[in-house]
Amino acid sequence: MNLFNLPHTELLQHLINGLTLGAIYSLIALGYTMVYGILKFINFAHGEILMLGAYAGYFLYYFLCEGSQTGGFAIIAFVISLIFAMLISSFLGVIIERIAYRPLRKAPRLAPLLSAIGVSIILMNLAALFFGTKSRKFDYPFDNTALQLGNISVTPNQIMILIVGIILMASLKLFIDKTRLGKAMRATSQNQAVASLMGINVNFIISLTFAIGSALAAVAGIFMSMEFKLYPTMGQMAGLKAFIAAVVGGIGNISGAMLGGILLGLLETFGVVIIGIPQGLKDTIAFSVLIIILLFRPSGLLMKNIREKV
Amino acid sequence: MPLLYTQNLRREFGGVVAVSDVSIEIFKNTITGIIGPNGAGKTTLFNTITGLDYPTGGFVFFKGEDIIPLPAYQITRKGIARTFQNIRLFKEMTVFENVMIGRHFRGNHPKFTSNKYLNFIMGRIFVAREERDIYFNSLKWLEFFDLLNVRDEYAKNLPYGKQRELEIARALATEPDMLFLDEPAAGMNPQETEELMGTIKKIRDLGITVVLIEHDMKLVMNICDKIIVLNYGRKIAEETPDDVQNNPEVIEAYLGKSDE
Amino acid sequence: MLNFILLIIIYIGIYAIAGIGLNLIVGYTGLLSLCQAAFIAIGAYTTAIFMTALHFGFFEAMLLSGLVAAIFGILIGIPTLRLKGDYLAIATLGFGEIVKNIIVNWDSVTKGPMGINGIPGPQAFGITFSAIDKVPWAVLIWAILAFCYYFVRRIVRSRIGRALEAIREDEIAASAMGINTAKYKIGAFTTGAFMAGIAGSLFAAYNQSVAPLTFDFMMSIMILCMAVLGGLGNNFATVVGVIIIVIASEIPRLVGISHIIPPQINQVIFGLILVLMMIYRPQGIIGRVKLNYAKIIKEEILHLEK
Repeated sequence: MNLFNLPHTELLQHLINGLTLGAIYSLIALGYTMVYGILKFINFAHGEILMLGAYAGYFLYYFLCEGSQTGGFAIIAFVISLIFAMLISSFLGVIIERIAYRPLRKAPRLAPLLSAIGVSIILMNLAALFFGTKSRKFDYPFDNTALQLGNISVTPNQIMILIVGIILMASLKLFIDKTRLGKAMRATSQNQAVASLMGINVNFIISLTFAIGSALAAVAGIFMSMEFKLYPTMGQMAGLKAFIAAVVGGIGNISGAMLGGILLGLLETFGVVIIGIPQGLKDTIAFSVLIIILLFRPSGLLMKNIREKV
Repeated sequence: MPLLYTQNLRREFGGVVAVSDVSIEIFKNTITGIIGPNGAGKTTLFNTITGLDYPTGGFVFFKGEDIIPLPAYQITRKGIARTFQNIRLFKEMTVFENVMIGRHFRGNHPKFTSNKYLNFIMGRIFVAREERDIYFNSLKWLEFFDLLNVRDEYAKNLPYGKQRELEIARALATEPDMLFLDEPAAGMNPQETEELMGTIKKIRDLGITVVLIEHDMKLVMNICDKIIVLNYGRKIAEETPDDVQNNPEVIEAYLGKSDE
Repeated sequence: MLNFILLIIIYIGIYAIAGIGLNLIVGYTGLLSLCQAAFIAIGAYTTAIFMTALHFGFFEAMLLSGLVAAIFGILIGIPTLRLKGDYLAIATLGFGEIVKNIIVNWDSVTKGPMGINGIPGPQAFGITFSAIDKVPWAVLIWAILAFCYYFVRRIVRSRIGRALEAIREDEIAASAMGINTAKYKIGAFTTGAFMAGIAGSLFAAYNQSVAPLTFDFMMSIMILCMAVLGGLGNNFATVVGVIIIVIASEIPRLVGISHIIPPQINQVIFGLILVLMMIYRPQGIIGRVKLNYAKIIKEEILHLEK
């Protein structure tokens, strides 16, 4: 199959699928980019925060409505579970930063990175121990029969992901650009020492960054377990790809992370249907993009190239 | 002919001109001071000459050769060594190792053993010679700076003044023809500065041309043969210390315009 | 019991070869590489393919495995030259995933997820290496380990080793000292990959089979843990780290409780090692040793001159 004999309705269909996937990547990428912006290191455990948030939401949802229900109560239960998942993830993010990253803030660069990898592995395997390795599926709290718009079918789930994704990203952007706390975050990412001299509580800002990033990851985690599946290693690959999305957009750049996520989602969807990359090699697309971007535009699409100051 | 000269050297960062068409001449066996208010482009000038930054225009000629296309390590091998404003030692290596690194490309070994992997096969004897040469040469520089008793300390554990000296020792170990010192006296007390002045003169007497950026006017005026003054990236003076002190433009750059 | 000890000795040897290679990249040069398992996989599959499909002898296949891994080391080394710290780590991780994906999907050559079986035991010095008698294997692997150890020791005790450490400490200052940093970074990557390729080849030949899922991200992490536990930037420490981790992960099998302990426990322990070591003892159990140059010059160099 190639681009030319693909009917345009089908193209539109893939566009919607790609956007949905992209919105999920964007939500995860935001967490990476915010943490990188402030601490200049990759929070390797971000994917596991996502996974644990998803499990938290899943268990609460099933506790509340014993699964496989739809309708009013299920939707309320779903919203409660979503918020619960965000809280759990935020809490985890903040705790992980306290325990595993804060003691290493002045250490050589390799140290926090290795520590983060360690945290990621611990959480992933603990989840496998306690929740089992089998995949679960988060049932839809609503009737997920696809809606037919002309020849395109869109599931209510996809619509929800897109809408919630856009709302969350827009509010984050507003928060960072317009509020005092947002300004404090930007100041901290520019220069921690000066920010603390200006009366900003740097530790609080860092915790806040982890909390927000982790909450967004939890939402992405729940979306992923509805659209795809829920399993202990789900965060690993999703996290990596979202990180790539953040790099594509220019790491440390909020709009860049959103753009990068959407681009990567589209690229993966179209890479499979148009270029005909085998499904099994789908993940390879993201990594190839990463290596190409890093080679030709190492600071991402939206950032200026910066040389190290001598 | 000057040992090193620049022609209209220029470095812009976006719209900001850090170094603006600077042409300077530095003659062999002299000490040249580069002074100017903060942000005048002194360090940027150093960086463009030593290859750690690239100019957006102009030329740098060293021993008659254009060195702008060369990467930093090649420029060092041509005979230009430098120190850094914010000391950049190899912190987790010993004092001795820091100086030995300076001799990295000067090992007195037969040509064919410069290949590290061949060396392994060719036997230890060539590496041994190379190591011996590096060892004794580095000892010489440690002695020069009186660092012998701390040679097995990690560089990061040295007091500040000693770290500055070690950085100079490391640069000298590359056997340079020219030595660029970026604020060598920064953070030193008057007594240490006094010793440093003696050291710099000794280095000049070894036949090494010294160029230094410095804010300590006493040091600059005492030991420099020539002073180059930069202001807003432009060269406003290139003359002897006595002339510089009476140059109205220089006084203005430092003290602001006097209301006549 | 003896068989079991031999098995541990063999695995220590194989991991130590890969670990010393990784230590050269991470410990000495300061480049965080998360794809050592991919180089091992490349080595293992090269050996498997050349010995089964093309009927190469083992030693030719082993050298070839090292070379192929080294070529991939250059390939991944060049683009990553421009990357620092975290970016490099991610790029190598991505490379590892690509390698695994290709191996799983390239059915016609790699036999896909099933892997390749029936790799013949090598014959050399009048001995046939077989799965039953482990002694020749242990001797062979430890001989190769000794060679690799000596090789890397020679590298790090010369100006090359100091150049690598200088790059780790401060790349800009290193280039201002006349060190061609690009050359040494690629050199470290290539050498490390070569050794991983050799380790992979031994792994494949000893097990007489390869399967793609063996060489996952967790294997890279395990090797990294070994180097971190012993102490980055010290080869002897790396070997000690390997010994500790291999013995610790095999003890449950020895005392017969391996079926009670889920495999995840091992990996949780690896994670804990990384976190706790970084916080409380970043230099590792043994740490880096200061070389006594006066002694080296006296003992190893001056007498050679005669």
